[in-house]
Amino acid sequence: MDVLTLSRFQFALTAGIHYLYPPLSIGLAVVLVMIEGTWLKTRQPVYHQMARFWTKVFALTFAIGVATGIVMEFEFGTNWATYSRYVGDVFGSALAAEGIFAFFLESGFLAVLLFGWERVGPRMHFFSTCMVCLGAHFSAIWIVVANSWMQTPAGFHIVGQGVKARAEITDFWAMVFNPSAMDRLFHTLCGAWQAGAFIVVSVSAWYLLKKRHDEFARASLRIGLVAGLAASLLQLASGHISARGVAKNQPVKLAAFEGRYETRAGASLALLGWVDEKNQRLLFSVEMPGMLSWLAHGDTRAPVTGLLEAAPQPEDRPPVNFSFQLFHLMVAVGFGMILIAALGFLCFWRGSLFEKRWLLRLLALSVLGPQIANQAGWFAAEVGRQPWIVQGLLRTSQGVSAVVKANTVLAAIILFSAVYLLLFAVFVYLLNDKIQHGPDDGDLVPSGKLALHARP
Amino acid sequence: MNFDGLDLNTTWFILIGVLFTGYAMLDGFDLGVGALHLFTKTDEERRIMLNAIGPVWDGNEVWLVTGGGALFAAFPNVYATVFSGFYLAFVLLLVALIFRAVAIEFRGKRPMLWWRRMWDGGFSAGSVASSLLIGVAMGNIAWGVPLDERGEFTGSFWSLLGPYPLLLGITTLALFLMHGAIYALLKTEGALHDKLRAWINNCIVFFIICYAVTTMATLLYVPHMAARVRANPWLFSIAIFNMLAIANVPREIHHGRDWRAFLSSCVAMLALMGLFGLEMYPNLVFSNPGPANSLNIHNAASSPKTLGIMLTIALIGVPAVLAYTVSIYWIFRGKVKLDRMSY
Repeated sequence: MDVLTLSRFQFALTAGIHYLYPPLSIGLAVVLVMIEGTWLKTRQPVYHQMARFWTKVFALTFAIGVATGIVMEFEFGTNWATYSRYVGDVFGSALAAEGIFAFFLESGFLAVLLFGWERVGPRMHFFSTCMVCLGAHFSAIWIVVANSWMQTPAGFHIVGQGVKARAEITDFWAMVFNPSAMDRLFHTLCGAWQAGAFIVVSVSAWYLLKKRHDEFARASLRIGLVAGLAASLLQLASGHISARGVAKNQPVKLAAFEGRYETRAGASLALLGWVDEKNQRLLFSVEMPGMLSWLAHGDTRAPVTGLLEAAPQPEDRPPVNFSFQLFHLMVAVGFGMILIAALGFLCFWRGSLFEKRWLLRLLALSVLGPQIANQAGWFAAEVGRQPWIVQGLLRTSQGVSAVVKANTVLAAIILFSAVYLLLFAVFVYLLNDKIQHGPDDGDLVPSGKLALHARP
Repeated sequence: MNFDGLDLNTTWFILIGVLFTGYAMLDGFDLGVGALHLFTKTDEERRIMLNAIGPVWDGNEVWLVTGGGALFAAFPNVYATVFSGFYLAFVLLLVALIFRAVAIEFRGKRPMLWWRRMWDGGFSAGSVASSLLIGVAMGNIAWGVPLDERGEFTGSFWSLLGPYPLLLGITTLALFLMHGAIYALLKTEGALHDKLRAWINNCIVFFIICYAVTTMATLLYVPHMAARVRANPWLFSIAIFNMLAIANVPREIHHGRDWRAFLSSCVAMLALMGLFGLEMYPNLVFSNPGPANSLNIHNAASSPKTLGIMLTIALIGVPAVLAYTVSIYWIFRGKVKLDRMSY
C-alpha cells in the first residue's frame, strides 16, 4: 500500500478510537453539573454519592481521551505535512486557541474535580465541575470549527503558487463562523450529550435489573433519561439543520449520502438501499416521495442536485455507497435513540418502568447507540468530503507528507493498533470493575469539609 | 488588536520559547518523578510519588500540546518539517506519553501486585523515554538537520541518533531527574523524604557532569551554537547566571531550603532555554549541511495577520491560564496525604 492509503488508515484508526472517549467526557461533564447542582440544591446524600461515582467514570474516560488526543495533534504534522503547510495559517490558530482556551481550563479544574473533595467547599467544587464542563465544550468548539473550515472554507485567500501556495486568513470571524461550523458544532455536541446521558442510563438500568443500589440507580436514571431525551430531540433538530447545510454547501456530499446520481425535482428520500456505483443506481431502496427535496430545501418539489451534475468527473466523488450506508446507519440509530429515550422516560414517569424488564434490558444496552451513531456520523462526514482534504482547494492525495515512507507509516499503524487495543481492553476491564463495584455507601455520609455544610 | 511596530515574528519566536520553557519547568518535574518512580520500593511510597504529581501532571502536559498548536499556527513550515521529518521519533514519544498518562490513572484502580508492577513499569519507562526523546529532538535542532531547498527533511530516523543529540537526551533526562527529585522532596515527609534527600545528591552530580560535557561538546563541535555569545561577550553573563543557578541547587538543598532549590532549578532551565533561543535566533530549524535552507522566523512563519490574531488570543488566554494554574498549585499545596480519592 502507498503512503496515502496508509496515512488515511492511520488517521481513521487513531481518530476513530480517540472519539470513543471525548463524547463520553463532554456528556458526562454535563451530567455531573446536573448532579452536583441538584446536590447543592436539595442536599440529599444520594446526589453526593452519584457525583462521586460518576466522577470516577468521568476520570477514566478523560484520561484515555487526553492520551489518545495528543496523537491527533501530532499527526497533522507527521502524516499530513503538506496539508499543514497549506493550512497552518488558518487551521493552526484554531488548534492553538483550543490549547489556550480549552485544555488549560479543563485540566486545571479537573484536579479540583477529582482530588479537591476534601480541600475545597462544595460551591468551589461545583464551580470547578462547571469549568471542566465548559473547557470540554470549548475544546469541541475549536476543533469542530477547524474541521468545518476544511468542509466549508471561508475567511481566507490563497497566496503563492504551485508548491508554495497556501491559505492565509483574511477574516478571523468569517473563518470561525464558516458556513457549516455552528450547525456541525451543535450536531457534534448533541451526539456527545447523548453519549454521556446514555452511559448513565445504561449503568442505572443494569443496576435495576440486578436489583442493586436501588435509590442510586433510580436517581441516576432520572437524570440520565431527562438529559438523554432532551439531547436526542435536540439531535433531531440539529441533524435536520446540518443536512440542509450540507445540501446548500456540499451538494456532492449530500448526493453521496443519499445515493443520488440524477438531479431531480421532488426527490424522494431513501430509507435504506444499496448504491451500485458502477451502474450509478440505487438498488433495493425503500423511498419516501418528495421527502428529500422537502428536507434539503423545505419544498417537496425543489430540485436536489445529483452526483452527475455536482461532480461530473468520477474522481471528484467520494465513495458513494460507503457514505450512503454510514449516513443511513447514523440516522437510523438517531431515531432509535429518540424512541428508546421517549419510551424510557414515559414509563419512568408513569412508574411502570421497573416492572418492564425488557425495557430495562434495552436501556442497559442503549450506551452503544450514541457511540455507533457518533462513529458512523463522523466517518460519513469525513469520507463524504473526499477526495478533498480542504473542500475544493486541496486534495487529500496532495496533503500527505512528502518525506515519510510507507513502511514507516505501517510501523506506526502496528504500534498504535497494539497500544490502542491494550488501552481499550484495560478501559473496558476497569469500567466493568467500577460498575460491578458500584457506588460507595460511605459517600452517603459526606466527609471532610463537605460534612460541615450538609444539613441533617 | 493592532500591533503596528511590533516585530511579530520575533515575538512569536519568544512566545514559542516561553511555552516550551514552561513545559520543561512543569512537566519536567513530573517526568523526573516518573524516572525516579522505580527506585521507590513499597506500594505506599509509590503512591505518594504518584500523588505528588497527581493533580498537576495533566495540566503540565497541556503546555506541550499548546506549544505544538502554537508552533503549527505561527510557524507551520517548522511544524510540518520537524513532525514529518522526525516521524518515528515522535510516534515513539507519543506512545511513551500515552503509557505514562494511562499508567498514572490505571495503577491504583486494582490491588493486584502484577497489575501495579506493570503500570509502575509503564509509568517509569514512559517518563524516561519521553525525557530522552525530547532531549534528542532538542539536540537535533541545535546540531542542525539536513534540509532540502523546499525545507523538507532529507535524513532518516537513524540519522537523528547522532552522538550530540543522544548526549542532549541524557542531559535532559538528568535535568528532569534532578528537577523531579527536588519537587518530590517538597511534596513528601518522613522516611521517603529522607530517602529522596540521600538520592538527590546523585541526581545533582549526574546532571552537573552531563551539563559540563554538553557545554564542552557544544563549544568544540557545534560552533554555531556559541557564535552569538562569542560576538557579544556581554551575553556571557547569561551563561554565568546559568552556572550560578545550577551551583545554587546543591547549596540550597544542603541548607534544607528545598523551595529555593526548586526555584534555582527553574531559573537554570530558563537560562538554558534563553541561551538556546539566543543562539538559534532567527533560525528555528538549522539546516546542516546547507545553512541556506534553514527555516527561520521569516520563511517559516504564518502571515502577519495570523500572528497578530494569535497574539490577541495569547493576550486574552495566557493571564487566565496563569491565574488558574497558580490557584490549582495553591489548592494542592503542602505535603501529600493519601486519601481514598488518591491514585
